Amino acid sequence: MTGWELFIEAAIKVVVAFVILLVAVLLLVWAERRVVAVMQNRIGPNRAGPFGMMQTLADGMKLFFKESMTPRKVEFAIYIAAPVAALVPALLIFLVIPIGAPVEIAGRDITFQVTDLNVGVLYVLALSSLAVYAVTLAGWSSGSKYPLLGSVRASAQMISYEAALGLALVPVIMFAGTTSLAGIVEAQQGDILGFLGPWNIVLLPSFVIFMIAAFAETNRAPFDLVEAEQEIVGGYHTEYSGFRFALFFLAEYINIFNMAALTVVFFLGGWGGPLFGPQWLQIVLPVGYFLTKTAFVIFIFFWVRATLPRMRYDQLMGFGWKRLIPISLVWIMLSMVAVGVRRFGLPWS
Amino acid sequence: MRGASHEGETMSVLGPFSGFAVTFRNMFRKPVTTQYPKVKREKPQRFHGRHVLNRYPDGMEKCIGCELCAGVCPARCIYVRGADNPQDAPVSPGERFGFVYEINMLRCIFCALCVEACPTEAITMTHLFEMSVTDRTDAIYTRDELLVNSDGSVNHPQPDGPLIDLNELKLGDGWMRATAPSGRASYEGVVAWTPSARTGNLPAEDGQSGGRQPAGEGSAED
Repeated sequence: MTGWELFIEAAIKVVVAFVILLVAVLLLVWAERRVVAVMQNRIGPNRAGPFGMMQTLADGMKLFFKESMTPRKVEFAIYIAAPVAALVPALLIFLVIPIGAPVEIAGRDITFQVTDLNVGVLYVLALSSLAVYAVTLAGWSSGSKYPLLGSVRASAQMISYEAALGLALVPVIMFAGTTSLAGIVEAQQGDILGFLGPWNIVLLPSFVIFMIAAFAETNRAPFDLVEAEQEIVGGYHTEYSGFRFALFFLAEYINIFNMAALTVVFFLGGWGGPLFGPQWLQIVLPVGYFLTKTAFVIFIFFWVRATLPRMRYDQLMGFGWKRLIPISLVWIMLSMVAVGVRRFGLPWS
Repeated sequence: MRGASHEGETMSVLGPFSGFAVTFRNMFRKPVTTQYPKVKREKPQRFHGRHVLNRYPDGMEKCIGCELCAGVCPARCIYVRGADNPQDAPVSPGERFGFVYEINMLRCIFCALCVEACPTEAITMTHLFEMSVTDRTDAIYTRDELLVNSDGSVNHPQPDGPLIDLNELKLGDGWMRATAPSGRASYEGVVAWTPSARTGNLPAEDGQSGGRQPAGEGSAED
């Protein structure tokens, strides 16, 4: 394969990934408002387009044409850079997520991910840590007290739950034997029950801890202290308006999509599912399975938001450090024993 | 109380998660939202909407300019000045009539104390409540807009449209019916409601004397 072919393939994949993310965010914001509305016996946005699906587009255009106000006390360079710093890691995480089974077209192996890093898990964790910078810098550079409070909360919360997030993935890596996301999905394929593979959801404690930490990482309810409207206005993005605010908003929802997609990759067998039909269906079905599973996880995100009230700050910290991290450490030990037994047999046999 | 605590004990493990069932269950309930401009909720019969000043069926104004409504108004939004009736062309069947009558709808709290205070049932309320204006001075309803025309129609600052249904001006008066003499048992068989040019003679409500009987002549409601 020549360099040009690689370049063109990568370029196409990047554009497609970008488009998928933007469309996903459009639908995500609308779906969240609709789902939460239905859960509260309301109707939700239903005016723009069919079922109100174009509502996000309308909101986005409104934000785009609105004035981006700059308060007098901001640190301008950082203030401008923070929304970009929020968006870039969010976009980059998606690049390593395999959204479909690798296929062979015209003698070439096509993978449904932009690139398959052999350290994919570390890459994902590193980039989701970078998101803390955007929040912290945005809050600090705004030169205003509520954004600062929000960013202080954010840095503490995101760093605390980062640990649990990473620890929850250790058993997954141990069982899969690889840190490549494609490899982890591949390890979950198989034919138990005819089609289902050994999905990592059987590592239930890991799954639960990962989901909880994912809520905290994406600043979603019940961990949305970072932007607790009732206490600190908008949190770190209080002083942002117009398009700069739209970037934060975009990054937030891309992060939700990423976290849901990662949950599917790590625990729900990725694109795995029953395959049948002609060859084109073999390509479409895995993508469909992946998106369906992701939508299901996202629904859980919405469901939690509609159900649980916001945690108190000390509860948040106590839950992270005193519950999640010890539980995940114990669970790692148990998983180590299980993996060791599977590999070397029982010590007395 | 005992049942509640008992439930709390058995649910202690799943307690934090029982809320998820609540939100999930509510997904299948009918939304309570009314699609307002398209669909309007049915208003109660005694709805407190904008006021009108009534006339007798012969075209005489009921208002006698006594200012009791202005006196009782807790929001101080009514301004009335009475004047002596011209001897040759009387406006109301009495000595005096409401020469100036203004209601500031921005101040009005729609408590209907004016309706209750009025000795001649001159001021009553209707079902029309969509009274938004783009100029504050338009919110002060003058005699022109309050007074029923002799054909029963009412002038309104805003034209008939998707929001403003001028037919709502024909409805209402529930408050007066509740407190009218015909509401008393001792007035059995007597409908003491005075007829007006707008609604004619209103039929008595359920439970009032004359209720559930054939409506009186000129009835426009129901």
